[in-house]
Amino acid sequence: MGPIDIKKQAPNIVVWLLLLAMPYWLVGVGGYVELGTRVVVLGLAAMSLNFLLGYTGVLSFGHAAYFGLGAYGAGMIIRYIVPNTGLGILVGTLVGMLAAAVIGPMIIRLRGVYFAMVTIAFGQVFYFVAFRWNNVTGGDDGLTGWTRQPINLGFTRVDILHNPTAFYYLVLICFALAVGVMAWILQSPFGRTLIAIRENERRARFLGIPVDQHIWISWVISCSFVSLAGALYALLNNFVDPRALYWTQSGDFVIMAVLGGMRSFWGPLLGAAIFVVLQDYLSSQTENWMSFLGLFFVLVVLFFPRGILGMMRRKAVS
Amino acid sequence: MTQLVLFDAFNGLIVGAFYALMALGLSLILNLSGVINFAHGGFLAIGGYFAYMLIPYVGFWGALIVAPFLVAFLGIIVERLLICRLYGRDPLYSLLLTFGLAFIFEDGTRFIWGAQSLPYQVPGWLLSPLSSAYFFLTGYRLFMVLIVGIAVVGMFLILNYTKLGVRIRAGTLDLETVSVLGVNVRLLRSLNFGLGVYLAGLAGVLAVGQLGLQPTIGGSLIMPSFVAIIVGGLGSLPGTLLGGLLIGVASGITTVFWPSATEAVIYVMMAAVLLVRPRGLLGEEGRF
Repeated sequence: MGPIDIKKQAPNIVVWLLLLAMPYWLVGVGGYVELGTRVVVLGLAAMSLNFLLGYTGVLSFGHAAYFGLGAYGAGMIIRYIVPNTGLGILVGTLVGMLAAAVIGPMIIRLRGVYFAMVTIAFGQVFYFVAFRWNNVTGGDDGLTGWTRQPINLGFTRVDILHNPTAFYYLVLICFALAVGVMAWILQSPFGRTLIAIRENERRARFLGIPVDQHIWISWVISCSFVSLAGALYALLNNFVDPRALYWTQSGDFVIMAVLGGMRSFWGPLLGAAIFVVLQDYLSSQTENWMSFLGLFFVLVVLFFPRGILGMMRRKAVS
Repeated sequence: MTQLVLFDAFNGLIVGAFYALMALGLSLILNLSGVINFAHGGFLAIGGYFAYMLIPYVGFWGALIVAPFLVAFLGIIVERLLICRLYGRDPLYSLLLTFGLAFIFEDGTRFIWGAQSLPYQVPGWLLSPLSSAYFFLTGYRLFMVLIVGIAVVGMFLILNYTKLGVRIRAGTLDLETVSVLGVNVRLLRSLNFGLGVYLAGLAGVLAVGQLGLQPTIGGSLIMPSFVAIIVGGLGSLPGTLLGGLLIGVASGITTVFWPSATEAVIYVMMAAVLLVRPRGLLGEEGRF
């Protein structure tokens, strides 16, 4: 390991400092801790999606399905089996990973818009299962009657239910683990290969890289971390409903990634932060927030297609 | 029992006809311009609302003729103003744009006409059952299937025997060559978009008589239309038609035996098709 390049690491340090201190400065600027937790959870979802979208170049529009599976997995474990938060998170993530692994082989041969179309359509299966399987999932009313449980560390119990700051830090630990793993994968030879596939799939194939297999692995990794985000989202709300699985949710993740900047590691987190704050504000101001959100989509596509970080980087270069 | 199965199969056929009409429009746009039009369901809903507004003035028949053209006109405006800027860019952007438009359409119709279902008048003589044994065969239902049939035949005639249709089909195969041959590709894409949206508008005018007129009607029809395209085969319009009817009937019959799986069954069919025949039932090899 050479000396740490401070200039190169500066953005990372700033992001982590902001995240670590979020419960304190966010309240100062008029927010509330749960809003910060939402940003981190949805930011994780958007960054996981971007692992596939931005770094492998595969257009998935169906990530809400795995987000929702993680959410239902965590909720159902705590509701029906063991009231244990850690186990809920673990099982939720595994459920999403398994579903992605099974569906993967059916879709990895498709590309571009067709991949998007098939992923979004597949997501609907899980939506209808959650919607129709009333006596287990709670149907349209959602899965209720459970709360996140205190974490038992052996020497002390952390009450994450009534202490939003403690829960925020639990979420941040999960976020740090997931983001760390993704960053590590991206700088490994495997991650570099994914970027090569994004840049020129045909050439990667000529080099003898098993492209479909790489995309399948990237897809499973991406979906697993989205499931983790989903599990945390369920814990945040103490509630899951089928809308977490609906196809419009997938669109929200994609717009977060695009808004922040698909080609930058932290971009989707920034996109998620803007999206969450905007949605929070709009839905408190107007009943027609959906129109404004739609307008927001249109404006981002027309004026910020590279995302905020992408634009800043281009300015810095020129 | 037989009657029940027939009843639900026929119901499924009608819903399938709507899926097919939606999916054909989506396919036309997707094949020529590479754009998945998420706002297609929104255009369908607007078709229904336009008809609702027009019926007091021009009657049901007038609305059936005029409303889809108005929707097509609106579609061409949207294409010229917004979507045409994104041709040739990453398909991601047109997806997101039409996604946002779908939000605006759904919320906009709710804002203008309200969230509750509106009363929708179809001619009375169409509503009476044709025979007591087959009570489900009302005139309106047969009429819907008939109009959908006419629209589909008309579309295939246009595509096969008019200059516009031939150009659209040629553009689907190789747009650059078509452009080099002196065809105005911009105009071609606009007209093609209009044609696709026309079908959505027509489906809207007909569907609300059966499914009820409310802002969410488009959103509930668009996903099955995707499935219809995938099952039928990407790039194949006859395949899309077949796919739409097939999943409609399948989900209708499933209603009899396992009502909870009514919606899910079409996605299972999609999975089966992707496993056994990834290019879809009538799709061409290597076209994705």
